[in-house]
Amino acid sequence: MTDFISLFQYTFFQNALMASVLISILAAMIGTYIVSRKIVFISGGITHASFGGIGIAYFLGLNPFLGAALFAILTSTSIEWISNKGKVREDSAIAILWSLGMAVGIIFVFMTPGYTPNLISFLFGSILSVGKSDIIIMLIITLATAIFFLVWYRPIIYSAFDPEFSKINGIHVTFFRYTMAILVALAIVISIRAMGIILVLSLFTIPQSTAMLFTNSFNRIIPLSILWGLLGSLSGLFIANHFNIPSGAAIIFMLTIQFLIIKALVVAVELKKQKMR
Amino acid sequence: MNQIIARLKNVTAGYNGESVLKEIFLEIKENDFIGIIGPNGGGKTTMLKVLLGIIEPFRGNVDFPLGKINMGYLPQASQIDKNFPISVKEVVEAGLKPTHRWSHQLSKSQKESALGLIKEAGMERYYKKPIGVLSGGQLQKVLLCRAIASNPQLLVLDEPNTYVDKHFESELHQWLKKLNEKMAILLVSHDVGTIPSLVKSIACVNGTLHYHPSNQLTLELLKVYDCPIDLITHGPVPHRVLKKH
Repeated sequence: MTDFISLFQYTFFQNALMASVLISILAAMIGTYIVSRKIVFISGGITHASFGGIGIAYFLGLNPFLGAALFAILTSTSIEWISNKGKVREDSAIAILWSLGMAVGIIFVFMTPGYTPNLISFLFGSILSVGKSDIIIMLIITLATAIFFLVWYRPIIYSAFDPEFSKINGIHVTFFRYTMAILVALAIVISIRAMGIILVLSLFTIPQSTAMLFTNSFNRIIPLSILWGLLGSLSGLFIANHFNIPSGAAIIFMLTIQFLIIKALVVAVELKKQKMR
Repeated sequence: MNQIIARLKNVTAGYNGESVLKEIFLEIKENDFIGIIGPNGGGKTTMLKVLLGIIEPFRGNVDFPLGKINMGYLPQASQIDKNFPISVKEVVEAGLKPTHRWSHQLSKSQKESALGLIKEAGMERYYKKPIGVLSGGQLQKVLLCRAIASNPQLLVLDEPNTYVDKHFESELHQWLKKLNEKMAILLVSHDVGTIPSLVKSIACVNGTLHYHPSNQLTLELLKVYDCPIDLITHGPVPHRVLKKH
């Protein structure tokens, strides 16, 4: 126990905690949108395409977050555009962007002279090396997303649920769909810093799946996802420290265990109810 | 009294440069109840989408002689994702027009009017429930409540009879007749059997449009209109005549 308490004295751990809290809130909001619209695969495409931006930014000596954000936004808005036009089969387009982004990233990281950044940390994240500037960016994006959701909750879900009807009814569907595409991209990119390209989507889907065991209403899935996301990532962090294992993997492990335990409990309660009858 | 509220003039429209509809004329008057029939792929839904402003026509235009009108829309059931986490209440309230351009808060009276509609439809106990638990007919009722929530002057319905049982169908028809006292209705259906008893006039859409100013249709007329569809005739023994074209 003293072990846990002493952890809080370290700046790196304080930062990791802060990042977990912010990312849990951000991923709860954006993830609920992603899961509701069934665009998990699209989000996978955005995640991997952003690696192209990371590679190019490294090669040019720029901030990798900026490169990734630019690539992610370009990908998410162009997928939104393609799906509106309906000309290319959407899933093939996503697969192309998905692997092209990774290819570009690998080539540029490889070509970067001298110091080669640790590829593993991009793929699997490193929440324990999150710095002050990362936290400030996370805070800004989380706040912006929260305000956007609070003010425009109705048009956001209506544009997602039935864009044609909403357009007839005077909602600026295009504005809301593209703004959401940009927010999805930014949320994914800033979370990659902590969770890595391969692991990041779990934060946007597992808490939602757990929340949906209890409710099927958009505005209740979000707070419940925050709760499950927080519980999972904090317990993951402690476990990672205790057993000295990679934090991203530990967080996902805990999120999944949590889902399975709760699912089992829900099933048990249902069975008991049936017996009572 | 019976003034034209919407007009499709010389409309050619389609998707990806290919026209589905060719040079269509249609006038919709107050209190009209027009049944739209025609084969699948004939352009019925495309025509509705042009009228509603969802797609831009290649040529021609839609105009509203009395100024912009309020239109209610019931899309095809297949267009709705039943797994979307949204409640009946939220769906019906989607039909209310926001009071300000950029704010989307609803007034108390607006929320009450939405609840009133759901009560009228007999769906009150589902009000807080997600739409995933509804049957096909119940979902159609909710979507119809959404379509009429803002008291439209023109109600546009795309195949409201699919996925619903006979009981709901007659309920729906009563409801539509009542609504028609207050608004014009445009009803797309490929079920020609039940349409004539309900509508006042019929339009056949199959690439082109033929307007038929009464609700009586004969096979011969359909042939003239180039409208290959099923037709049910009524006789001593009900029988169905399927005409191939």
